[in-house]
Amino acid sequence: MSDPGPSLCTVTSPASTDSVPPQLSAGPRPAQGPAADEGLARRLRALACTAPLHDLDARKANLAGEYSVYGMAEVALVAIDLVTLNMDFDTGADHEQVVARLVPRIAAQAPHRPTAEHERVARWVLENLINVGSVDRGFRAVYGTFAPDGTYVRRDYDFKLIEEVPGPGGTVYLRTTDEAVNVLVGALDTDVTSAQIAAEVKLEVLISRGRLADAQLAAEQARYRTVQYSETLRRALEATRRNVRAVDWLNTVPDMIAEALDHVAERYRHENAILTNIRKARDETEEPEHKRRAAELVDIVKDCIRRHTQLQSRLLEAGPLFRAEQDRQAFATPAATSGIDLYGHLVAPVLPLPLEQAIRVTDAFFARGTGPRTPVSVRVGDLVDILLTPPVEREHLGAEMPEPDLIATPDDSRFSEEQLAAATELLDLPPDAPRRLSGLLAEARRTGDPDLAYLVALLAVHAASPAVGTAYRQGEEKLLFAVDDGTELDDPEFGGADLIVGTALLDAAGMAADRTEAA
Amino acid sequence: MTEHVEWSEAETPAPPASTAVTPADAADAARLVAFGLQPKLAPARDQEYTELLRRYREDPAFARLADAVAAGLGLVVLEVSPRAGMAVTAAEDSVFAVRMGDYARRTAADSGDRFLHGLAHLAVAALAFPRPEDLADDSYIGRVTVNGVDAFVRQACRRLEERAEERGENTDPATDAPGLEAAWRIWARRSATGATKDARRPAASTTGIVAKALAFLTDSGFLQRTGDDNGGTYRTTARYQLQVRDMAGNAALAELSELGVVPVTDGTATLLPAEDTDDLDLVTDAGLPFHS
Repeated sequence: MSDPGPSLCTVTSPASTDSVPPQLSAGPRPAQGPAADEGLARRLRALACTAPLHDLDARKANLAGEYSVYGMAEVALVAIDLVTLNMDFDTGADHEQVVARLVPRIAAQAPHRPTAEHERVARWVLENLINVGSVDRGFRAVYGTFAPDGTYVRRDYDFKLIEEVPGPGGTVYLRTTDEAVNVLVGALDTDVTSAQIAAEVKLEVLISRGRLADAQLAAEQARYRTVQYSETLRRALEATRRNVRAVDWLNTVPDMIAEALDHVAERYRHENAILTNIRKARDETEEPEHKRRAAELVDIVKDCIRRHTQLQSRLLEAGPLFRAEQDRQAFATPAATSGIDLYGHLVAPVLPLPLEQAIRVTDAFFARGTGPRTPVSVRVGDLVDILLTPPVEREHLGAEMPEPDLIATPDDSRFSEEQLAAATELLDLPPDAPRRLSGLLAEARRTGDPDLAYLVALLAVHAASPAVGTAYRQGEEKLLFAVDDGTELDDPEFGGADLIVGTALLDAAGMAADRTEAA
Repeated sequence: MTEHVEWSEAETPAPPASTAVTPADAADAARLVAFGLQPKLAPARDQEYTELLRRYREDPAFARLADAVAAGLGLVVLEVSPRAGMAVTAAEDSVFAVRMGDYARRTAADSGDRFLHGLAHLAVAALAFPRPEDLADDSYIGRVTVNGVDAFVRQACRRLEERAEERGENTDPATDAPGLEAAWRIWARRSATGATKDARRPAASTTGIVAKALAFLTDSGFLQRTGDDNGGTYRTTARYQLQVRDMAGNAALAELSELGVVPVTDGTATLLPAEDTDDLDLVTDAGLPFHS
């Protein structure tokens, strides 16, 4: 494979000998076979993955406070186990949850220390495993290998132990990387489908035996399968929208849809059965802890059912979407193609290039791919004003309300306050002496105000059907009333019955007593 | 042909059918260019804009004047149409051009960051216009999401990584020559996101870089934000298509061929879905791409 020719010049290369670490320079170079070197590189990389853990114990002395009692590497390994075990198919482990589960272990190491310190240690270890301080949030180790031409090359090995991935709704989850799993946990290889079947069986057994804590875990796992189907479908449809031919709509996708529909049908039946069982468990169990867990489980299973229904409706939409895209893409008149396939012509060729070359292409794209930006120019006059303006104090009550601009509405009342007072006085009749409306009208006219008679007539008509109940409830002592005894009103301005207007006394004391009783 | 005649007419100093340019015409032409510099302004929403666009299309002398104003300011006219408005873009070294150093401060010191920001823009375009036909089709509207772009690049990186592994290559770069590191590794090793104190995406993470690119393109009137799903969803505008098709794509392609890389494809789309979909970092509630 490698060409021995160029090694001639490397013999005279002055740099190699003094930069070679002692353990590698011990043997003569020709003895290093490429296979042996590759194995060595592999082991060096594996070794590098453990370095951050040793580093934790080495650096704990630098922390403010006395932290030497804690076994940091132990905590770190537990943290990686926790993240790995809490990692599911789709999301990862929750940061806070991992911290919470780490604390008991740390507390066991130093029981007499305050809990706040335990939590601090947990966070410190977790942050260091993510390596929050670095830009890549990862680690780098340097190791040396021999290139095919026999030169010694130092290489950077970049790796992560715990990485942060975006979750739903902008949350961040933790996942352990392949490196961490391979080196620090040991390979975990599970078949998704069989794990799913196992989870189902487990769930039913667990529920029948009343072990709800584990049942919850199993139910959560069952949900991920559905999410996975949604995701696969989403991806297939997204690809279809990009390019119908990129997706096999003859066999693969219809098969997948059929399979997913079967899954939905089966799960739906299954989970409804489970739901009934757990509800029973929830209602029958005496222990509050079991009750709470069962209630949680009900929520999870409900969510599963919701997701299944959602998946089903989307599965049904898949066919029409495909046909629409097929129409758009396959039967559209072929455009005068501009010839640039952005992925095939640019992205794909750029990615394998060395950085210093690739950057020229991306720079060119960036320079021409961004729109014009209007430069901001500053007027000195404005600048002075801005600089001299005192900063606006932020009120915690919010912005000041603008003074409302009130417009006086014209007083369009038919009668004035004085007229009302005069009319009320006129109608303030003694309870034992009711009067005819005609007499009241005549008296009103005598005051000289032509409108007053109208007001009196209006009030009298209103009194014809007084709101007795309301007045009673409000505690009124007397009430104006009017009764029609059949006498015709003989008046130049009004017609109708000559009402008898009087004042009725209400039993205020009795009312008050009633009210207190009712209360 | 007619255009050619018009041009020669313009060069004759005093044509008899004098369409003498008045200061008012110049002001109108400059006004049209000023409208073009407000990329988020929809021509249909402004009557004056619509009127000036109509005049540009119907009055060749006015069109030449507006072109001249744009050229004088250091702008390139991409298209003048009712849908895109006066689509102008900055010529190289124009005051209107965006410089990478102004765009993201870290890029001045770190070539890796510089590449990531550039690649983010390239990937957004590639995902927005996945097929050559989409880029050519004026009525095509592309849709992109922040997480989608990141996943798309990561997937491409993973394929390269697998291919390198199959061939038994050691892709770890030499320590003293970071410029020789394969470009895909830079994206692959940068974290996708991270927890921060204020619950925002870390700016240096790849989703942060993509989100910045999408927000910037939205500010340029190239994209329209349509929702918050999947880290933020966007759809393309006519201007973005023009910019990618007529400017950016060609510039990058020219640079690539200067490097001696000549990609050969048969003209059909090369963007295919992943073979191993189970391997991707899936996101729950990612939202399915259905039209409402």
